[in-house]
Order: sequence, then structure tokens, then C-alpha cells
Amino acid sequence: MNRKQKKILTRIIISLCLTIVLNIVKTYGVLRFALFLLTYLVIGYDILRKALRGIINGRVFDENFLMAIATVGAFGLAVYSGSGDYNEAVAVMLFYQTGELFQSCAVGKSRKNIASLMDIRPDSVHIEKDGSLVCAEASTIEIGTVITVKPGEKIAIDGVVEEGESSLDTKALTGEAMPVWVKAGDEALSGCINIGSALKIRTTKRFEDSTVSKILELVENASGRKSRAEKFISKFSMVYTPTVCILALCLAVFPPLFMWVFMGVAPWSVWLYRALTFLVISCPCALVISIPLSFFASIGGASREGILIKGSNYIESLSRVGSVAFDKTGTLTKGEFAVKDTVPYNTDKDRLMYFASMAEFSSTHPIAVSILKAYSKKGDISNVKIIEEHGGMGVTAVVDETPCAVGNAKLMEKLGIEIPDISPSLAAVHVAIGGEYAGYILIADEIKENAISMVSALSKLGIKKTAMLTGDNRKTAEEIAKKLGIDTVISELLPSGKVEALEKIMKSTPKNKTTVYAGDGINDAPVLARSDVGIAMGALGSDSAIEAADIVIMDDDPKKIVKAICIARKCMNIVRQNIVFSLFIKFSCLALASVGIADMRLGIFADVGVMVIAVLNSMRALKATRD
Amino acid sequence: MEKTYKIEVDCASCANLCEQAAKKVDGVCDVRINFMMQKMTVVFEDGANEDKVVKAILKACTKVESDFEIYAEAL
Repeated sequence: MNRKQKKILTRIIISLCLTIVLNIVKTYGVLRFALFLLTYLVIGYDILRKALRGIINGRVFDENFLMAIATVGAFGLAVYSGSGDYNEAVAVMLFYQTGELFQSCAVGKSRKNIASLMDIRPDSVHIEKDGSLVCAEASTIEIGTVITVKPGEKIAIDGVVEEGESSLDTKALTGEAMPVWVKAGDEALSGCINIGSALKIRTTKRFEDSTVSKILELVENASGRKSRAEKFISKFSMVYTPTVCILALCLAVFPPLFMWVFMGVAPWSVWLYRALTFLVISCPCALVISIPLSFFASIGGASREGILIKGSNYIESLSRVGSVAFDKTGTLTKGEFAVKDTVPYNTDKDRLMYFASMAEFSSTHPIAVSILKAYSKKGDISNVKIIEEHGGMGVTAVVDETPCAVGNAKLMEKLGIEIPDISPSLAAVHVAIGGEYAGYILIADEIKENAISMVSALSKLGIKKTAMLTGDNRKTAEEIAKKLGIDTVISELLPSGKVEALEKIMKSTPKNKTTVYAGDGINDAPVLARSDVGIAMGALGSDSAIEAADIVIMDDDPKKIVKAICIARKCMNIVRQNIVFSLFIKFSCLALASVGIADMRLGIFADVGVMVIAVLNSMRALKATRD
Repeated sequence: MEKTYKIEVDCASCANLCEQAAKKVDGVCDVRINFMMQKMTVVFEDGANEDKVVKAILKACTKVESDFEIYAEAL
């Protein structure tokens, strides 16, 4: 509770005590009036003041005004009738203030809850000064400073490990507790927790530009990007308030007028009271607060899972997803090549691999790397001479005094070596030793473990339209798509063709559903921008990916895409529940108030109670669904 | 010039009304009030005196919601 709230609580307690005392101890006449007036003022002085200010500033019909009128009216009635029953006025004011306090605490607490989730960034660091460690504010640290991160501490600023070896917990960034081993020269990102031994890190960025600060900023600003539901509620409450005021006015005037003209009675006070109750119930606060809160909670909950959603509007779009298009390499597949099989001709596997790996030892091409990985025996590199790289085709070298060639079909063609007819479904690296064909090595890009289960999970969610967009050759793409269960494959795409391909998919998606594209962010920027919702995967450490996409998944687990969709749907469900619930209760109570069944106390419940329930419901969005 | 301030506003619909009132203030190009984060971002017109504009915004907003408060810069 903050200072303001504590003050009001004190006033509530004081006036409650006073009221109880005044009901036990009998007083009469002017003294009684004065004491009750005092109690009333203790609890209601600020409402009266706000009401007055409201009138001066032209905002006549607000809650404060009607509270003031209702309670002053009640006082007046008690004086007029001589009953001395001033309890009604004080009770109403007391109820109202308690309700408002409840409201304020509920909202404040929810906000704090969500914000504390995001408490992944420390504000101070340790630096060495004159041989001992001192604390310094992270925002003052210049690039190039060496900070010390002790075990158990969070890293505050991005940097490179200068000294020490340890493992880092990336949970705050990716949502997965997968430790990453770092040593001198490795990148250490802010937000990670050092779980091993102390590290000395030389900062490469400033505090406010570091990964964790960027993530926080993104999440904070995300709730500023309004969804359609929020925009509607804003517009709704603009129209709703004057409408309700006019209705209340009619309620206050017409029935008594009617009854006066036709029946000769003038129950003005009864109808005035009903009109005021009507106005109290009608306050749209429940909706106006709970809906943004739901989105805010979803964004916070998602960020804990390593899913950054950049705007409430994307949650909406994601919940209505109809088709999902994927980039292949790096998104569905690991993006690393691996040797699948070796097929030797006129020689044995070992010799084939030996020559291939020796010739490729100095190449950094991913295919060369995979061959080197697969062949565990390290040969003597001094035996390799005259290495020649043939761009786009392969390498030739002299290994152990024997010329050999390692490359694709084009290289073999150039050297005049005949290759067997193999279907080009996998990348084949042909090897020729001593001028003779020695066999081929099949290299494949491995499908990510979770990719297959992701596609089936999507279909369980009702998303049957999946597509793969890739620049890879048709056979490879189709084979992978079949394994995954993806029904549309558009392959051999040039980068520019990807956007067109996506547009075709978007056209075939039903009007009320959205198209989602998931890629690696770096070279998919235009496609990400064109789709309804662009998801960048594996964005940890990649600033450009974070920029380009609407939703950023920090690690590259495809199952997170499913999680993101579930989070979005849950959020929209909660929003819908709140709207239906609030409006239903409000309208029922309004009807009851118009006929006089509801009194002021029910009115306040209809306002505050509904709001508190709606806020509590919104907090459910914090828990990302368990799959 | 764009600056973000920490604010205190209790009611969400008031926050909306304040945002609209603030947009009308002289020297203001755009205002975004983030009720959830209790932050207000003001985009000033070129050459505007920021302190004066902020004071004017405060005045306009307190007319709408008397408990509205603006604190020092958040960023």
C-alpha cells in the first residue's frame, strides 16, 4: 500500500469507529447532527472537494458529484424528516471509499506482480578498484570496463568474458533453464545468472543498450501498443458515459413527472436516489482497467517463457491464426549440416572419409565442418599440400602425395570424373582419389527434435494450414516437409520470392484469420514484416531479429511457437470473459436500480466488486499454459 | 524531442481522458499515456519549452482527474 492508500485506510477506520460509537451512545438534536457531520466529513471531504472542482471544470456528471449529491441528499432528508438517522449518508460514503480503496489496491498489486516478474535486471555491478571489489551503478559503466560477476549474481551488462570459466543460466532470457558454458573470449549476455564460479567480463555495450534492458523496454512498451479490444473499450466508454448520464437524468425526471401529472404524487427523492444509484453502477471502470491488465499480464507471462510480444495487438492477431508459414533452414532444421551416410566406390569408408576430411580441413564451409566433425581420426595435416578452392564446387588437394577432389557434381564434371546417378534429394559430396571416383558422402540438415511434435500440436489446436518456404531444392524440401507433416511446400525460392509466396498463402487464408510466419529474423526481415504476425526464432543475441519481428522467441525451440499461440488464445478468452461478465452484471444491476430493487450499496458492489473480480481474472493471464 | 515521465493516475478511463486533454496542449505533438506502467511519453513540437509544456499538461490533466501527478523523468 502506498502513502495515499494508507491515508484513506486510516480515515476509513476512524470514521467507522466514530459511527459505531455514535450508534451506541445516544445523542440528540444539534449535537447529534454535528457529530455525524464530523464523521461524514472525515470520510468524505475529498469527494466533496473533487465534486466541486468537477463542476467548476465542466465535468459535472462524474462519480464524485453523484456521491456528494447522494449523501448530502440523505443528510438533507434526515434533517427534513427529523428522524436523526444520519447513518445512511455516512454509510454510503464509507462504502464508497472502501470500494475505491479496494479497487486501487487490486490494480496496484497486479501491476507490481507483473512488474516483479520482469525483475531480471540488476541495477548495480561490481568493479575492481585498488584491489578490492566495489559496487557501482550499472548505468554509469563505460564500454570496455571489466565487471566482476560472482556466482549466483545476474549479469547486468552485455560483454565478453575476460577471465574465468563458468556456466550461465539463460532462463531469464529464453525461459529454458539450459546452462551455457563460457570461458575467456566468449560472449556473456546480460540477464543471465552466473551459476559457476566468478567471472570477469569486459563490457561491450552500455547498460541501457544491453540485451536485458532492451527486452525490458520492449515488454514495457508493448502494453502501449493497443489491441483492437482496448481501442474499442476506449471508444465505448467515451460514448457510454454521456449516454448513461442522460439516461440517469431521464430516470430522475420523467417517472416522477409522469406520476405528478397523472397521479398527483411527486416522489422526486425516490427517483433521484435511483438515478444516482444508476450512475454509480454504470461506471465502466471494470472494463477499462481489466482489459489492458489482461494484455499486460499475458505479455509479462510470455516474456518469462522467453517469448517477447511487442504489442497487445499481436496477441489478438496471434489468437486468430489460420495458417503458419515456416522458413526451413534454421527454423525447422538445425541449420547445421551432418553426415548422414558414406557410400564408397572401389574403396572403404575409412579411406573415403580420410581423404575427404584432409582435403577439407582448412575450409570453414558448413559442409566441410560436418565432414570434419564426422571423421574422428585426426590425420597429419602436413601431408596435405596444394589446396585449391573451386568456388561453388569444392576443393582439390594433394593428400599423402595423391591428388584428390572433394565437391559436388559440378566439380566432378569439371575434372571429367564420372559420377553414379543418384537422386539429388540430399546434398552429396563426391570424392575422387587419384583421379578415380571414390564414392560420395551424404550430408543432411537435421530436423529439430521438437519440430515434428510442434506441427502435430498445431493441428491439435485447429491450425491445419502449414507451409514451408525455402530456397533449398525441391526434393530435399519435400522430403523434410513430409517428415514434419507440413502440407504446403514452396521451394527453390529466391529471397525476393519468399514475400510473394507468403502473399499467396495470405490470400488463401480466410478473411477473419491471420497468417503467421516464423523465421530466423536475420535474412527474413521483409517476410516477417509482410505477414500478419512475424515470429523471429533464436533471437538470443541478435538485435536485428528483435527489430524485425512482432514476436521474438529467444531460443530456437519450435514448440515455443505453439506456446505463444496458446498464451494469445488464453488472453483473448480472459478478455472475452471479462467483457461478458462485466456487462452482464452491470446491465442487470442497472435494470434493478431503475425499478428500485437495488440500493446504493448494491450499486457500489456492482461497480467495485465487478472490477475486483475482473482484475483477478486478468491475473490468470500471467500463468502461461502448461502443455 | 521525446521524453518519458513517471506519472500517477488512479483511474484508467481518466487516463484516457487525460491523454486526450494533453494532446490539445500547445507545444505538444503527441502524447501516449501507458496506464499499466504509469508512464507518459510526450513528443514535443520543435522549439517548445519543455518545462512550460509539462506544466501546462499537468494543469490540463488535473482538470480531468485532480489526483493526476507528474514526476521527474523516468528515462
